[in-house]
Amino acid sequence: MFGTGLLKGLGVTLKHALETFEDDRESVPDRYKGSLDLGNNRKVIQQPIDQEGLLTIQYPEEKRLLPERFRYIPMLIWDSEKQEDRCTACGICAKVCPPQCIWIVRDSDENGKPVTRCSEFYIDAAVCMSCSFCVEFCPFDAIKMNHDYELAVYDRYPQLVYDMEELTVPLEYYAALWPTQYEEEQARRKEEEEQKRKQEEEKAARAAAKQAAAAQKAEAGAGAPKRSAAELQALAKERAAQRQAQTQTADGGGDDDAAAAKRARMEELKRRAQERARQRKSGNGSS
Amino acid sequence: MTEATAVAKTPANDLGLEQDLADAVLGTWAEDTETAAVIAPDRILEVLTRLRDVHGYDFLSNLTCVDYEGYGGKLRAGIDARLEVVYNLYSTRRGGGSIALHVRVPEDDTVPSATSVYPGANLQEREVYDLFGVKFDGHPNLRRILLWDGFHGHPMRKDWHEAYYEEDAKPFRSRHPKGEYEFHEDKVPWAKNTTYPAGWDPDSWQEAVAYVPVSQAPQHEDKPHLDTESIVVNLGPHHPSTHGVFRMLTRVEGETILALEPEMGYLHRNHEKIGERNTWLMNMPFTDRLDYLNSMSNNWAYALAVEKLADIEVPERAEYLRVIMAEFSRIVNHAWSIGFILNDLGALQTPALYAIEEREMILDLFEAVSGARMMCNYMRFGGVVRDLPEGWHEQAAYLANERLPRALDELDRLLTENEILMARGRGVGYLSVEDLIALSVSGPMIRAGGLPYDIRKAEPYGIYDRFDFDIPTLPNSDIYDRYYIRLLEARESVRILQQALRDIPEGEILGGRGGYTLRAPEGEVYGRLEAPKGELGFYLASDGKTQPWRYHVRSPSYINLNALGPMSVGYKVADAIVILGAIDIVLGEVDR
Repeated sequence: MFGTGLLKGLGVTLKHALETFEDDRESVPDRYKGSLDLGNNRKVIQQPIDQEGLLTIQYPEEKRLLPERFRYIPMLIWDSEKQEDRCTACGICAKVCPPQCIWIVRDSDENGKPVTRCSEFYIDAAVCMSCSFCVEFCPFDAIKMNHDYELAVYDRYPQLVYDMEELTVPLEYYAALWPTQYEEEQARRKEEEEQKRKQEEEKAARAAAKQAAAAQKAEAGAGAPKRSAAELQALAKERAAQRQAQTQTADGGGDDDAAAAKRARMEELKRRAQERARQRKSGNGSS
Repeated sequence: MTEATAVAKTPANDLGLEQDLADAVLGTWAEDTETAAVIAPDRILEVLTRLRDVHGYDFLSNLTCVDYEGYGGKLRAGIDARLEVVYNLYSTRRGGGSIALHVRVPEDDTVPSATSVYPGANLQEREVYDLFGVKFDGHPNLRRILLWDGFHGHPMRKDWHEAYYEEDAKPFRSRHPKGEYEFHEDKVPWAKNTTYPAGWDPDSWQEAVAYVPVSQAPQHEDKPHLDTESIVVNLGPHHPSTHGVFRMLTRVEGETILALEPEMGYLHRNHEKIGERNTWLMNMPFTDRLDYLNSMSNNWAYALAVEKLADIEVPERAEYLRVIMAEFSRIVNHAWSIGFILNDLGALQTPALYAIEEREMILDLFEAVSGARMMCNYMRFGGVVRDLPEGWHEQAAYLANERLPRALDELDRLLTENEILMARGRGVGYLSVEDLIALSVSGPMIRAGGLPYDIRKAEPYGIYDRFDFDIPTLPNSDIYDRYYIRLLEARESVRILQQALRDIPEGEILGGRGGYTLRAPEGEVYGRLEAPKGELGFYLASDGKTQPWRYHVRSPSYINLNALGPMSVGYKVADAIVILGAIDIVLGEVDR
């Protein structure tokens, strides 16, 4: 009969309308059941996959819960435990970058000798295509993808060309955004460090044995006494302390204001990271 | 290796050609690559005709060109001719692999146009003319296609440099470690490369409209006293019905279309030139931006071609993951396409929003696994880059087993028997399937004409030979069938998904050399797959370096537009909008 197809179709739309109406009639619609209320009308929304219909997210009050692997613009990791940038200025990220939006200048010490640290690091966010190759190929876990997508500015240049300061985030921030990957990575790094330490210990033991042998020989030949293992360790410690002091001055640049600003920024980022972690936790908990 | 390529591998007459054409074959392109026969330029039409009529190669899939100026590889030692036109032919009747023909052309020389044998060569030859400057003798409409008439030079030639030109190949030295970095803003793009062709005056130039052919006489022969006149009307480029920035130049009489020419290139960014500057891996995220609704299929097509060239193995689990992603992506595409065919018919928004509801769920899954909803950049040479996160498999299985079948049923109920859709769609935009094949049209378009040609069955790639699925066909080759075939195909995708999600094994996801230092061995390759819109192919030529020597995308959206003009003639302007919508184009892929 002519018109049955039309009526059938209208039946489908009517069913949708009734369902939506039913949903909206409840004071707290159950379509929000996977979501997290941050108070003050702000919500983080996660629609469960078995939820019928599709809900409109009232951005910016409401935002979507981002999956861990969400990628936007890269960020540089400041290792808060070791108090140093993880980046060693090897430049692999700049080489693999498809739109070539990364510029790196390697730092050098006072003698002009290049060191494993960058003095400048730029990412042109307007050119970046969020492909995440830099992250995949970084051998030092120094560059990761940030989740922060609210980057709108009035001028493209220079606001969208991020420098090192703007790109750097503390490790905790990364850990909050990428919890699963962070755990895996930490386990792997620990293992690697453990191995390295063992190797070094073995090396030291071998060196000590050699020294002892040499000392015996020297005793026999009355040569000059070499440094003992304990002395060597003390020296290594001293050097490490020197290095740390150096990096700290390098960060702060000796300028107290800048240092304070950086500290404040790191604290702010940490606070935001904690909030994000809390959101994710409750988001996952309820789904 | 399939029969056809095995035949093509041996030189000279063993193309299978009869004795009288044996001397047309000059040799092979290379001895140890998947090979092509080199044909004498003046005999190419004879060879093509014979291959089509006697040997069953009825489908000219790919026609492109390579500029070998400065080629450093061994394979072309001692060959002077700078340009080489490449033809890839397939048989839609018996399936199987391709036969590849090469024609060598010195600079500024001409080649006979293949349009008289394969009308589908039309747009592809125009593209070669535009980007390489090869002239085709006998082409009915040899004009620039992606660039405008005032563009100086042919950008795919190796000696042409773009405005922001830095170096021939990435990575650029300026980036690291000590080089002077420069921001794009500091460069003045119009300082160079903005010259006009000789004798060109931008002020006096006017776009010619006289070329729109009047292929049908005005329809009032029985009423000669009516003094009617046909006029030229532009549909687009800025109009929502064109699905992007696209123009249909039409000659109409009243509301009836007498002739229609697609005009494109507004989104042209010379994707292929960028591809030649990039390393092999860097091209992967760029393929996302071709057909931006189906980045997963695009990734796969490119990975497939490179894996064929460099002989890279893909682990079992990765094969399954690729099938899962590609079929999800096909559902996304078909849902989108159905929604917008209805939009073009005037059923504004409601069917479209109903159709793309599940798309959101699928994009959420893509985002959870790859990090992005649309620009997935998920596949690598030798596998995929990330394994499934926790909980992903259950969600995907829920979608494939419950939600998607239900949603497709609902879409079916909403639209299929709708009388308005039938009235507008039945018999509109008809073109016989033979004509469609001759015009190199592929994908749902020819299956809606009754030909069960699907690369997943005809020349299975990946692990498609393991799944139980059908190729739906419909007989009428009109808009209604082009709508309905997509619904049927989405159902088959759901079937494949159910099997793939059930059978997916544990294991490695990335084998071989997926890294950025890949150097593909010297040679050429044409890899293709059944993308949701049709046959998506990548033609790659390598000289053994870290960059492709030639990177060509055979995009289904672009080549399916061959049929737009012939399909629209005789129908009303309002129908032309839907006819375009039913081809299902994405301008990112058309214009490249």
